[in-house]
Amino acid sequence: MSGMEDLYRENILDHYKHPRNRGTLEHPDVSYEDANPLCGDKIRMDFNIRDGKIEAVRFSGSGCSISQAAASMLCETIEGKPLDEVKKLSRDDVLEMLGIELGPVRLKCGLLALKTLKAGVYGLPQWPGEEDEGEVEQARATDFSGTQPANGRREGHR
Amino acid sequence: MGESAAAAKLSRPSRASLAFDPGEVRQQFPIFRAPRPKPLAYLDSAATSQKPDPVLEAMARYYAEYNANIHRGIYDIAERATAAYEDARRRVAHLVGASSPREIVFTRNSTEALNLVAHAWGRRFLEVGDAIVLTEMEHHSNLVPWQLLAQEKQVELRFIPVTGSGELALETLPELLADGRAKLVSVVHISNVLGTVNPIAEIARTVHAAGALLAVDASQSVPHCPVDVKQLDCDFMAFTSHKMLGPTGIGALYGRRRLLEAMPPFLGGGEMIREVKLTESKWNDLPWKFEAGTMPIAEAIGLGAAVDYLEGLGMAEVFAHDRALAGYAMERLAEVPDLVMLGPPADRRGGVVAFTLGEIHPHDVATVLDDEGVCIRAGHHCAMPLHAKLGVPASARASFHCYSLEEEVDTLVRGLHRARKVFAR
Ligand SMILES: Cc1ncc(COP(=O)(O)O)c(C=O)c1O
Repeated sequence: MSGMEDLYRENILDHYKHPRNRGTLEHPDVSYEDANPLCGDKIRMDFNIRDGKIEAVRFSGSGCSISQAAASMLCETIEGKPLDEVKKLSRDDVLEMLGIELGPVRLKCGLLALKTLKAGVYGLPQWPGEEDEGEVEQARATDFSGTQPANGRREGHR
Repeated sequence: MGESAAAAKLSRPSRASLAFDPGEVRQQFPIFRAPRPKPLAYLDSAATSQKPDPVLEAMARYYAEYNANIHRGIYDIAERATAAYEDARRRVAHLVGASSPREIVFTRNSTEALNLVAHAWGRRFLEVGDAIVLTEMEHHSNLVPWQLLAQEKQVELRFIPVTGSGELALETLPELLADGRAKLVSVVHISNVLGTVNPIAEIARTVHAAGALLAVDASQSVPHCPVDVKQLDCDFMAFTSHKMLGPTGIGALYGRRRLLEAMPPFLGGGEMIREVKLTESKWNDLPWKFEAGTMPIAEAIGLGAAVDYLEGLGMAEVFAHDRALAGYAMERLAEVPDLVMLGPPADRRGGVVAFTLGEIHPHDVATVLDDEGVCIRAGHHCAMPLHAKLGVPASARASFHCYSLEEEVDTLVRGLHRARKVFAR
């Protein structure tokens, strides 16, 4: 159980305590709110879009440190970037930004901001990474033989 | 428990008077004997309880020694299996004070028991314009089945409000029943979030005076305190084995015999029929009319063993222990800055304490605690409307059972101080 130090790395706590791009935009071109009903996390993102670029982005809402830090990191990454480049951002890119592995429950916390971005700007409402499930492969890879229960620290599949 | 008995029990029990030693009890639960890097502080018994040796052994013995289908075979082990399954039903009936084992229907869990009432009773006996009364503190499983039924039958749902202290505003009940349209009231006995113990016998008097029926979600009471359907005077009662030291996959519905007899079956299939022709059938007697297909036999036997185990400890003793521990937890939690507890004071609750910790999200709290070996629940605990009413998106919850120790509460409190340090802004 070395999980906590991993999960709450310096960069995550830093973004959680000092969020970048937090707030709202006065005249957003797109404003979208999404929620993770499992934990009650809510994220709203406001975008100004100019010349095929995300000129400005702000997020607001409430939730756990993972969801808030991920939103902060995502906003920092996409501001000023071209729309077609931002569209390519995947679940794995967010996990890389966070620098941690997440169990199935916390994975949704980590991906809520990306989901909000994709649904708001690109009209793609699915959970990132759920487009191609691979559940069967995952089931095969799960080891049920150990006495220590798998505590979900490895990368989840949902 | 009768209202006077309940009142007597609600005075703060002293730990010295306990007839069992939770530390010894704990040794009979293999999960606590398993070696771990940090000792397990399991404070999530309201979600599911741990299982003692006798339960696991009873199930293993069935599979190893007399595994056979029930009510069918006429050979020795099939007869033993049938006897063990029906014996479990008798034990459950005894535990809750049913008049006859026929009033106990085995289901998959509480959720299925409540759905059974909604389908078999609700579909047959409700008419357009009728009403069902629920409360704002219900678990989703005592909410959603009625929502589905209400849509289908065009029945109105009404709600007993929850007060600021997390109790039912029962003075509203006569009014909710006044127009005579309410045919059923369904209420949780002990709230899985607030720990509130609702005065079921008192509610039953009001409900019956208005000519309605009373269903009780006893998921958090049957596992923890003395429950007697005659004293409560309820018409239906649902409970679930996995919260009462038994296995998952089995639960029970208590129903008054005349009500169960008047109801059509819930699911169709083998075992629930007496005579089948190609286009119609005659239903089996109670309770088998409601038990279609091969039932979870090992699980029923495990539940029977769990009932034995609980009765061995004494339900009043278990409740005294849980409540004393909740009282201790509330005292210790009050020391933690920014911590806000939900629900009524210790003298009016069972072994459940839900709380929020400043701005820190309950998931973050639970993750820090997990690192200390502490298991608590974080989220809305399947009671989203209640959390909306209380104005919090989610909460953290510690809950207890007979094996829970004060030391676990101490570990919890240490973990909470640590969580505050980690997330201090
Ligand atoms: C009050 C209450 N009702 C119903 C349930 C549902 O129990 P089950 O999931 O076993 O059907 C629970 C447990 O989660 C509960 O706490």
